[in-house]
Amino acid sequence: MLQIACPHCGPRDENEFSCGGEAHIARPKQPDAISDAEWADYLFMRTNPKGALAERWCHTVGCRRWFNVERDTVTHTILRVYAMGAPRGGGGGA
Amino acid sequence: MKRQRQRLDVGARIDRGQRLAFRFNGKSYEGFSGDTLASALVANGVRLVGRSFKFHRPRGIYSAGMEEPNALVQLGTGAASEPNLRATQVELFDGLEAASVNCWPSVNFDIWSLNDRVSSMLPAGFYYKTFMWPTGLWMRYERAIRAMAGMGRTAREADPDRYDQTNAHCDVLIAGGGPAGLMAALAAGRAGARVILADEQNEFGGRLLSEPEDGETIGGRLAVDWVADARAELAGMAEVRLLPRTTVFGYYDHNFIGLIERVTDHLGGAAPEHLPRQRMWRVRARQVVLATGAIERPLIFAENDRPGIMLAGAARAYLNRYGVQPGEKVLVFTNNDDAYRTALDLNAAGIVVPAVVDLRADPQGSLPARAREAGIEILAGHGVVGTKGRLRVTEARVAPVSDGAVAGPARTISCDAIAMSGGWNPAVHLFSQGQGKLRFEEARGVFLPGNTIQANRSAGACNGAFPLAVCLAEGTEVGALAAADAGFGAPVLALPETKEAEEAPMEVVWQVPSDRPPGKARAFVDFQNDVTTKDVKLAAREGYRSVEHFKRYTTTGMGTDQGKTSNINGVAILASALGEAIPAVGTTTFRPPYTPVSFGAFAGRELHEFYAPIRRTPIHAWHESHGAVFEDVGQWKRPRYYPRAGEGMHAAVRREAIAARSGIGILDASTLGKIDIQGADAAELLNRVYTNAWSKLEVGRCRYGLMLGEDGMVMDDGVTARLAEDHFLMSTTTGNAARVLAWLEEWTQTEWPDMKVHMASATEQWATVSISGPKARNLLAELTGDFDLSPDAFPFMSFREGIVAGVSARVFRISFTGELSFEVNVAARHGLAVWTACMTAGEKYGITPFGTEAMHLLRAEKGFIIVGQDTDGTVTPADLGMDWIVSKKKPDFLGKRSLSRADTLRSGRKRLVGLFTEDPKTVLDEGAQIVAEPRDRPPMKMIGHVTSSYFSPTLDRSIALALIEDGPDRMGQTLHASMPGRTVPVRVTEPVFFDPDGERMRG
Repeated sequence: MLQIACPHCGPRDENEFSCGGEAHIARPKQPDAISDAEWADYLFMRTNPKGALAERWCHTVGCRRWFNVERDTVTHTILRVYAMGAPRGGGGGA
Repeated sequence: MKRQRQRLDVGARIDRGQRLAFRFNGKSYEGFSGDTLASALVANGVRLVGRSFKFHRPRGIYSAGMEEPNALVQLGTGAASEPNLRATQVELFDGLEAASVNCWPSVNFDIWSLNDRVSSMLPAGFYYKTFMWPTGLWMRYERAIRAMAGMGRTAREADPDRYDQTNAHCDVLIAGGGPAGLMAALAAGRAGARVILADEQNEFGGRLLSEPEDGETIGGRLAVDWVADARAELAGMAEVRLLPRTTVFGYYDHNFIGLIERVTDHLGGAAPEHLPRQRMWRVRARQVVLATGAIERPLIFAENDRPGIMLAGAARAYLNRYGVQPGEKVLVFTNNDDAYRTALDLNAAGIVVPAVVDLRADPQGSLPARAREAGIEILAGHGVVGTKGRLRVTEARVAPVSDGAVAGPARTISCDAIAMSGGWNPAVHLFSQGQGKLRFEEARGVFLPGNTIQANRSAGACNGAFPLAVCLAEGTEVGALAAADAGFGAPVLALPETKEAEEAPMEVVWQVPSDRPPGKARAFVDFQNDVTTKDVKLAAREGYRSVEHFKRYTTTGMGTDQGKTSNINGVAILASALGEAIPAVGTTTFRPPYTPVSFGAFAGRELHEFYAPIRRTPIHAWHESHGAVFEDVGQWKRPRYYPRAGEGMHAAVRREAIAARSGIGILDASTLGKIDIQGADAAELLNRVYTNAWSKLEVGRCRYGLMLGEDGMVMDDGVTARLAEDHFLMSTTTGNAARVLAWLEEWTQTEWPDMKVHMASATEQWATVSISGPKARNLLAELTGDFDLSPDAFPFMSFREGIVAGVSARVFRISFTGELSFEVNVAARHGLAVWTACMTAGEKYGITPFGTEAMHLLRAEKGFIIVGQDTDGTVTPADLGMDWIVSKKKPDFLGKRSLSRADTLRSGRKRLVGLFTEDPKTVLDEGAQIVAEPRDRPPMKMIGHVTSSYFSPTLDRSIALALIEDGPDRMGQTLHASMPGRTVPVRVTEPVFFDPDGERMRG
């Protein structure tokens, strides 16, 4: 069981959280203006890297706040926890 | 007083003053306090303890610890009976009852041992090869094979024992309380760290407990006295928690560690009532120290599985720790110096050691020298090439061996036990579970801890450090480093001096050659699953090159012992058969649990009513006292129907539904999800999450909404009321309340963080009493004078606030039954009073409480969907014929773009229709598959399925809703529903069966 440092509540067990999948998937601003393929890419396609992956997590049974977590998919090491809206990789860390 | 004929008179860590009576396979015996079941059996001369899994060969006690593959017992009788326990780990208590597993009718005469006679016909993969054809029959064969294979029996009754679970945090968790673990605990403890020291045995000391009292010394003290001192010092440290009888069974991510503590197992009937049987610890450790020791590696030789053949370390443990003779004439067979300790100890105890058979050509260490001095014959460059004896070993055949072959004639040595050792395998299981990488060391043929990705360190024998002095040094070092990494300074700890014999190098031998013709003499690799060297080689020949495939094909290491004594040998023999190096073949993955853990411990106290939270409405007590039959809806208990005396479900539902259509029905709708939404952007949020438009909804009005996922599929529905310009109350389906709230929170926090809107669950703050039927207005008029109930003043899909039955209420004029309906919402604490007031005032109208079953029927008559019953996550609004609620004007809402994807626009999608059976009395099964042509041969094309099906008393016929490919284009067609044993012709119809224009609910 992972231990995740909630930016608001501190380190807590994984079973207090829910994982919202890959982070930084922005919703298209004008869905009607894009092709089916582009919409499907937004909807379904996710990267599956061996290594660092940015994910969204929510402290569901705690503060109920969403935030970003960068996790190594090989070792499960949590590399970084940072605020929603902060850019991927470096800077803006919480 | 019974004689324990193999028991020594003095010495050992047992209390001869405390006699314990026990029964094994129906016979009575005695042992002493401090015994395990295994040591007590050996003391009583019981050699044959079980039968092997496949060939049912007689097997004896093989080890003295958790690695035991043979001595599996069924402990206790009745409900608390537990199967497949290792007799070597079961502490003896007075009144213990145990029996062998896997033999019938008895361990001495096992009928399935016939398998052994035909073993050449039962090679690796036999069952796969033989019984997989014809395919359909495997199910039938499997039942017989399983019955034959057996193992222990699970009790059929519920487990009467109590199990506890607890969580803990610590700075340093130490797995294993042998010399390395104790030293690590002292180092970390003295530095001030919070330490948990766990050991699976009843006392700390590890291997030292099994050595002779005049053996090694630590700091000038006898080793066991040093252990007692260390234990006493640790017990006095406030931050150190000692957990004996506790197995570290699992090493998970982020140093999350699972421990199982056997709290009262050793007490038997004397266990105090207030204690749980076992306690599971879930520990989060900053640092982990692994001091898990080593497991002796068997030598693989022909006919190596007879009772009486055991590991040399185990023979020493029985002798020194339990005061038991493992035999009267014990031949020692080894490739290393350590087994000489066994020979010396046996000899000192007056047990005949006919010889030490050493595979090494010229053993010259100090231990062999001492054996020579003691007059023990050493047969250097020899091996045991065969044995004899049916229910116990009676003789060994010993021959010179060199370069992997028999190099001379064999001679026979008479013996009643063989203590053998192929070296020691570090117990790297936990290290590997924690995703550590193993490395292979050629010299000793061992896998050792390599790189780790978690905060752990290995010390002592599990790290390949076998000499006592090195164990202590490594323990000290890693204990101090772990404490330092957890933020604690240097400990005050000097390394004690040790006195111990030095060992000369071993010689790795994976297979001892035999002079018997191949095929005659079997050499067992895995005892529990009867895997022989021949099976391993066969697997290699048949192309099983991957160690994971090899394992599953031959079943090596797949018994309850998980191959603790067999895996490395199996891998080595496979590597040699493949002509590859051992590290290239690798080892199989180590997975938790290290040793079996009872399901009860995982369940803990989360049983029965504590399994999951139960939610009850404020009116629950009334339902209960009026005989409601409840159903679970999510976590809620909802009345399903209220049967009267002698009434079945169908009659009750019929009566309840008729009342709601003709008089008044009353429903407890408190479980519907309620989400309070406030803020300047509240209306805009609804615009984005629902398919229809919300900006123009007037205050005081309600609107039905359909919520989609981004994939365009229906996710939830419900009615939302506008309480104020910036204040809405959303209702959700009962089961989806939490999901919808999470959905709104997710979008407002992640994608739309600038929106000025907040939301909170209000489900439990309100009780909802729904009255429904032509007389509903009359009843409500009697309970309130606060607002005008006339249809013009209080139209359908609006709400009013005022006093109802004496309390503040929000009354919504909405309808799920299709009748004139009012949903009266009051503070939860008034719910029961308002319900009772309705019942009293409604008596003259024949007010009738109705449950979810009648509610489902009434709404189905109206063609109202239930999300999750008539939808399944693959259904769009268009599929439901609900395009009317999808705004064409709004530029965007969640899921909108997906509604124009090719897949959602294509023809051939399953769409909602109604079905009438030809025979109006036939009620279809929900889930029944629909086909167009029933005479086709299977597999037939399924074109849809029934989602809802009832007998409608209003229509006096059955009705059903179904999702059918292009359903609306099939109006009037006859299709066929598959029911058990028959097909039922059905006619496709509109999905609204009653009052299609909604005049009743709008009236």
